[in-house]
Amino acid sequence: MKPQEFVPIEQSALDVMMPMHVLLDAQGRVRHVGPALGKVCKIDGLIGHDLSDVFDVRDNGMARPEDVVGGALPHYTKLFLTLKSGPSTALKGVAVPLSDGRGELLNLSFGLSVVDAVADYGLNVADFAHTDLAIEMLYLVEAKSAVLDEIKQLNMRLQGAKTEAEEQAYTDTLTGLKNRRAMDQVMARMIRGRLPFALMHLDLDFFKAVNDTHGHAAGDAVLEVVADILREETREDDMVARVGGDEFILVFNRLVDHDRLMRMSERIISRLEEPIPFQDIECRISGSIGITTSEFYDTLDAEQMVHDADLALYASKHAGRATATIYDPAKHTALPGTAPEVRAT
Amino acid sequence: MHGMINRAIQCFLRDTYGAQTWSEVVDKADLGFDNFEAMLGYPDAVTLDVLSATARHFKKPVESLLEDLGTYLVSHPNVEAIRRLLRFGGESFSEFLFSLNELHGRARLALPDLEMPVMRVKPTGDGMFELTCAHELPGFGYAMLGVLRAMADDYGALVLLEHQGWKDFGEEVITVHLLEAAFSEGRAFNLVAGEELSL
Repeated sequence: MKPQEFVPIEQSALDVMMPMHVLLDAQGRVRHVGPALGKVCKIDGLIGHDLSDVFDVRDNGMARPEDVVGGALPHYTKLFLTLKSGPSTALKGVAVPLSDGRGELLNLSFGLSVVDAVADYGLNVADFAHTDLAIEMLYLVEAKSAVLDEIKQLNMRLQGAKTEAEEQAYTDTLTGLKNRRAMDQVMARMIRGRLPFALMHLDLDFFKAVNDTHGHAAGDAVLEVVADILREETREDDMVARVGGDEFILVFNRLVDHDRLMRMSERIISRLEEPIPFQDIECRISGSIGITTSEFYDTLDAEQMVHDADLALYASKHAGRATATIYDPAKHTALPGTAPEVRAT
Repeated sequence: MHGMINRAIQCFLRDTYGAQTWSEVVDKADLGFDNFEAMLGYPDAVTLDVLSATARHFKKPVESLLEDLGTYLVSHPNVEAIRRLLRFGGESFSEFLFSLNELHGRARLALPDLEMPVMRVKPTGDGMFELTCAHELPGFGYAMLGVLRAMADDYGALVLLEHQGWKDFGEEVITVHLLEAAFSEGRAFNLVAGEELSL
């Protein structure tokens, strides 16, 4: 080994260059502690003591054999120290021998622990060597947190906006009921789930007359009342959609009993027939209903069901309105102006 | 322009003059929306529209509004994060001034897309400094006037500031005369946020 140049240096200079260093004597006891380290652990607890009284010291077992013998610490290799009492701050260290077997110099620093350590020990700029990257690290951590916070909040706002947009895409603006797009989704889901359900197509009677006689404002008011009635007459699980000017489709989850469906229809119709006040007039409407259920079909097809409900609805209209009809494949075969369907079974 | 800058203008107007004023500026600028996202990007024209609408609204020159914006960014509690990040630059006002040489690089560590002005600070003797500020959007220098004034207060320093106008190539020049480094207490600054309240 080349003869090493001897560098004389004052102890106070070490305090400037390495604020967290420790000088150990030949017996491995602490002789001197750098000023910043003095803030981290009480100096009285250190001077004259073994390092191991204050720190747990680990290494990676990668020291060369010649660097382990005859010292308090393995030299020239990575050391990991943890305080035995107080906050369990993790420190990094390297130790080197002093010349002539006079002891060891151990330099310590924080690693990632610097952020917590500054708070735990009230450290400030003066506690770090000017050459230390600690201040840049603290700046970076703070800037990163601020940016991440902003991004997290932006994500939440975007998520909220997305949900709202999706809601709007499925909602009828005037009544707040679902729209046709939503209905398609719901039906597809019910069919996939193979759950029994009923489909009711409701067409308002005499609605056109209200618009023509009293104006569109009256018509809108009527539709809003109709929407309220339908919401009240359906259960949580059911769906009410406005699919046309005065047309509504209702889907009744797990309800296929004909008697019940007829009773519900009659209830809806008699509520629709109650006069609807608008300004100083009373609007009068009624409703025609066509119903089909999933029980009629071996293979469920949404379009087919809507079509069949329409056939039943037409029958209601034909029978004088203000009534409900359940689809009957034998009787209800074609809409006017179309040929009777030939249905594959 | 990075949304952060537009958001700064929005928050400045809203926090200083109220939500109503911000609404009116938004209308005058014909934005079509009333909220900037700090993490998104916007066309430069939008920033110019907002600034000129603000100037029209207050019937004040844009320069004085930019100066007020600069002061706001350092002194208002809602934007404490900015003041803290600037204070990392140095323990004294003159150290802080020199740290402006690195502000461009520092900001890029946090937000690579944020176009900060490139600044050069050089001492010209006798406690005098010259700050040169260059950016695509002219007028940043006026915001810096406000920032410097508020930071001087923060450090407890007594300074004289003067905007010297434009050099060639669109660079703005500000002269800083540091009269006294420790004129008053200034505000405390701890390396970790939230520690100011203890002791």
